[in-house]
Amino acid sequence: MTADDHANRRQFLIGAASLAGGMITVLPVTDARATPDTMQAAIKKVVGSSALRKGKVTLRLPPLVENGNSVAMDVAVESPMTANDYVRAIHVFNEKNPQPNVVSVRLGPPAGQAKLSTRVRLADSQRIMAIAEMNDGSFWSDEVDVIVTIAACLEDPV
Amino acid sequence: MARTLINVPPKAKKGEVIAIKTLISHEMETGYRHDNVGKAIPRDIITQFVCTYNGLEIFRADLFPAIAANPFISFFTIATASGAFEFKWTGDNGFSQTETANITVE
Repeated sequence: MTADDHANRRQFLIGAASLAGGMITVLPVTDARATPDTMQAAIKKVVGSSALRKGKVTLRLPPLVENGNSVAMDVAVESPMTANDYVRAIHVFNEKNPQPNVVSVRLGPPAGQAKLSTRVRLADSQRIMAIAEMNDGSFWSDEVDVIVTIAACLEDPV
Repeated sequence: MARTLINVPPKAKKGEVIAIKTLISHEMETGYRHDNVGKAIPRDIITQFVCTYNGLEIFRADLFPAIAANPFISFFTIATASGAFEFKWTGDNGFSQTETANITVE
C-alpha cells in the first residue's frame, strides 16, 4: 500500500462522513413536515394578509383512520353567535389530497352554535386544518394529525 | 332523484338551538380515479349545499372532492318560528335537488 492509497482512502472516508453528516442535517427538515405549498396557497386565498391565530376552533377527527374513504369530522368554534359576535365561515384544508380544500361553509347568527359535522376523504396520513373566520375579520385555526391506513382514491372503481 | 335523509326535530321551543342532519345519496366521483382501461373518470360531485329557514339562508357549504360519497352534513340553527326548511344541493352535470322539512315552534 502506498501513501497515495492511504490518502485516497482517507479522502473517501472524509467524503462519506460529510455525506452522512449532510444527511443527518437534511433529515430533520423533511421530518418537520413542511406544509405543502398548495395548502398554504389555499389558506392564503382565504386568510389574505390577516393574522391566523390558534384557538377557538376545535377540529375533531379520529387519530387513526382505517379507511380514508369516509372519515367523520367535527368542527366546533367557540362563539356566542350573536348579531355582533359570530362566526362568518369555517374552512377546512388538507395537505396531501389532490386538492387542498375539503369544505367551506358560511353561517351566521341564526346558527346559534358554530358547529359542523361531515364525512371526508383522506388520501394519506396528513395534517388537517380548520380555519374559522369571525365577523370582526379575525381568523382562528386548529390542526389535527391523522394516520390513514387505507387511503381514499386508490381503490379500483366498482 | 337522489335519495335523501333529513333529520329536523318536528317540534321545538322558541329560541332553542336545534341540530339539523342531512344526507344525500351521491357518488361524489372525485375526477382523480381511472377505470380499468386507464381512462380518467370525469368529476361528478355536489358542489354546493344551501339551507334556508322560512326563506332566510342559514347555512351554505361549498363541497370539494374531499367530501366522502353520500355527503352527510350536520349543523345547527335557532328555532325562531314555525315554518319550513328548504335544502338545496347543486352539483356537476346539472345536478340539482331540493327537499323541505317542516318544524313547529311553540
